Amino acid sequence: MPSNETLRAMHRQMVRIRLFEETIQQCYFEGKLPAFDIAAGPVPGEMHLAAGQEPVAAGVCAHLRPSDTVTATHRPHHVALAHGMDMRRMAAEIFGKDTGLGHGKGGHMHLFDPATNFGCSGIIAEGMPGAVGAALAARKQGRDDIAVSFFGEGAANQGAFHESLNLAAVWKVGVVFVCEDNDWAISVPKAKSTAIASNADRAAAYGMPGVLIPDNDPVAVYEAAGEAVARARRGGGPSLIEVKTQRLLGHFEGDPQLYRTAEEMERLKATDALHIFERRLVDTGVLAEADAAEAWTAARAEVDDAIGFARTSPYPQPSDALLHVFA
Amino acid sequence: MTVETKRLLTTSKAISEAIAQEMERDPSVFAMGEDIGTYGGIFGATEGLLAKFGPERVMDTPISETGFIGAATGAAIAGMRPIVELMFVDFFGVAMDQIYNHMAKIHYESGGNVKVPVVLTTAIGGGYSDGAQHSQTLYGLFAHLPGMKIVVPSTPYDAKGLMISAIRDDNPVLYMFHKGVMGLGWMTPNPRATGHVPEEPYAIPIGKADVKRQGKDVTIVTLSLMVHRALDAAEDLAREGIDAEVIDLRSVIPLDREAIIESVRKTHRLLVVDEDYRSFGLTGEVITSVVEGAFDHLDVPPARLAYPDVPIPYSRPLEQFCLPNRETIAAAARQLVV
Ligand SMILES: Cc1ncc(C[n+]2csc(CCOP(=O)(O)OP(=O)(O)O)c2C)c(N)n1
Ligand SMILES: [Mg+2]
Repeated sequence: MPSNETLRAMHRQMVRIRLFEETIQQCYFEGKLPAFDIAAGPVPGEMHLAAGQEPVAAGVCAHLRPSDTVTATHRPHHVALAHGMDMRRMAAEIFGKDTGLGHGKGGHMHLFDPATNFGCSGIIAEGMPGAVGAALAARKQGRDDIAVSFFGEGAANQGAFHESLNLAAVWKVGVVFVCEDNDWAISVPKAKSTAIASNADRAAAYGMPGVLIPDNDPVAVYEAAGEAVARARRGGGPSLIEVKTQRLLGHFEGDPQLYRTAEEMERLKATDALHIFERRLVDTGVLAEADAAEAWTAARAEVDDAIGFARTSPYPQPSDALLHVFA
Repeated sequence: MTVETKRLLTTSKAISEAIAQEMERDPSVFAMGEDIGTYGGIFGATEGLLAKFGPERVMDTPISETGFIGAATGAAIAGMRPIVELMFVDFFGVAMDQIYNHMAKIHYESGGNVKVPVVLTTAIGGGYSDGAQHSQTLYGLFAHLPGMKIVVPSTPYDAKGLMISAIRDDNPVLYMFHKGVMGLGWMTPNPRATGHVPEEPYAIPIGKADVKRQGKDVTIVTLSLMVHRALDAAEDLAREGIDAEVIDLRSVIPLDREAIIESVRKTHRLLVVDEDYRSFGLTGEVITSVVEGAFDHLDVPPARLAYPDVPIPYSRPLEQFCLPNRETIAAAARQLVV
C-alpha cells in the first residue's frame, strides 16, 4: 500500500493531468468553431487527449526517476507529465512555438525530452522497440535505469508488440510494458479486434509475468508497477501490466463518437477514476477536503502558467523548417 | 425545354459510390481496413458501405497492417478482389514487405501466372499540421518500386471513374486520395473538392493524364491537391496575360509521358509542381521524360516546385513555408515566361 504522502502525490498528479487535458481541449477548439476546421486555431492538427487514463500514468510513473526511459504513443500527455516533463515547454510544443521541446517541429504526438528520457510515436506500437533498446543500453552501460513502454490495447495486435516482448524477454532486459486498455482503438472495440479477453495473458507466450488491473484504480496500478519496476531494476527482466482504463473523450477531438452508446458515456461519467479516487482519499482521511481543493487550485495555476507561456512564445522562423534534418 | 440538373458529390462520396457499385456488380469485391465499417473510413472513402453490405463484405480489422494487407494479397490470389485501406500512407512502414515484396512482385515472379487484383487505398498529404508521421504523399517512393499501378485523383469525377478501373484491374493498384481533395466537412473548405459525378458507373482508364486547363504559354504538370493550387495560380496568371496549361497526371504509374511531351511541344515551357519530397521523385522523373522526349522544344530550362527534402514539421508557419501554394506556383511559372 502506498504511503499517504504517495497517495496525495498521485492525486495531485492526476489532477494536473486532467486540468491540462481539459485546457488543451478548450484551446484546441479556439478558431475551429462554428465550422470545424482541423487546420485552424492556435492548436491545429489532430489532438488525442488522455482524460480518464490518469491512473495508469500516475501509478506507474510514481516509481520512476528521470534517468528511466519512457516511450508513449499518439496519446502521450498524461505519461509525459507524470514522468516529469516540463509543462511549459510541452505546452509550447503543442502550440507549435519556438520555445517548445522540439521548436515546434514535432507537435503533440512527437514530444521528445532528453531531460526525462521521454519519447513518443504516432505509429501504433512503434514506440515499443525503442524501450527495449533503452533498457539494453542501460545494462550495457552498467546503470540500473529501466525503460517503460506505454501502449494502447489496439497496439497489442501489431507485430512490434510481439517482437518487442520476445526481445525483451530473451535479452532479459529491464522493460515494463504497460498496456492502457481503454477498450477502443478509434471506433473498433477490443472484442472485435483481439482474440483473447486479456492482453496480460499474452505475457505467458513470452515467458514474462503478466498482471491485469481490472478497474482503473491508481493504487492497484501503483502496486503492480512497483513489483515490475523493482524486478526490472534488479536485472529480473521484463513484465507486462494491463490496465482496464477509460477514454473519457473522443479518439481525437472532433470525433463524433457515433460508435459509442449513450449508456457507455453515462457509465464513464459515473465511474471517473479521478473523482472516485479523490472521494476515497477524503473519506479515509488521507486527504483533507481543503487539501483536495488546494490540489485543483495549484494545478489550475500551473496549467494557466504553462498555457500562457505557450501562447506568448514566438513562432519559429518559417525557414527554420530547413534546420535539424542532420546533426 | 428540359433543364439538366447535374448531381454534385464530394470526392469521398464519389469514391464510396464507386466501391458500392462495384460490390453490387461483383460478389468477389470486398473491403477491409481499420475503421472502415462503423466509422465509414476516417476520410469517408467507405461511408455507408457497412450498412449496405454487412460485416462479411465490409470488415473492420485489428491494427495489424502486415496481417490484413498481406491477407488481401492472399485473398486476391485465391480469386477475390479486395479493397484494403492503409489509413494514412505514412503507416506503410509497418507493412511494406507485404506491399512491395509480395503484392507488387508475385505476378512477375510467377512469370505472369498469378494475378493479384488488390486495390490498396490510402490517404495522403498535409497542410493541416498533422506532423511528420501523418502528412506525407510518398507516391514517388512507391512508384520507384515496379509492380503496382498508382492512381492519384484530384476531382470527384476522376475519383469515381478511376476507382472503378482500379477495382476491375487485374493488377495491384495503389489508390491515393489526398485528404484535401475529399471534401470533408472538418477540413479547410475546398470548393474544387465537390463536383459533378454521374450516377451510373463509368471507368476512366488508368494511365491517361487530363488537361484540366488549356493554355499556350507554360505547361504546369502536377497531380492531386496541387492540381487545385495550380488552377488557382493559373487564374492569377491569366489576369497578367499568362496562359498556363495545367496537366493533371491522375496516375503516377503508368505515367502519361506522351501527354506531357505533347503539351510542352505546344508551350515550350515546363513547370512541375509536387507535394512529395523534391529529390529522387516525381519532379525529376517528369523533367527527365521531357528532356528525353522534347528537349528541342524547350525555350527555357524546365523548373520544379516541390516539398523540400525535410520531414514535415508540425508548426503551421514551418509547414506552410515548405508547401507549394498558389503564390509560389504563379511566381515559378512567371519566371519561366518572362
Ligand atoms: C501503424 C498504425 N496504424 C494505424 C494508425 C491509426 N491509429 C491511430 S490511433 C489508432 C487507435 C489506437 O488504439 P489504441 O492502441 O488502443 O490506443 P488509444 O487510441 O486507445 O489510446 C489508430 C488505428 C496508426 N497511427 N499507426
Ligand atoms: Mg485503446
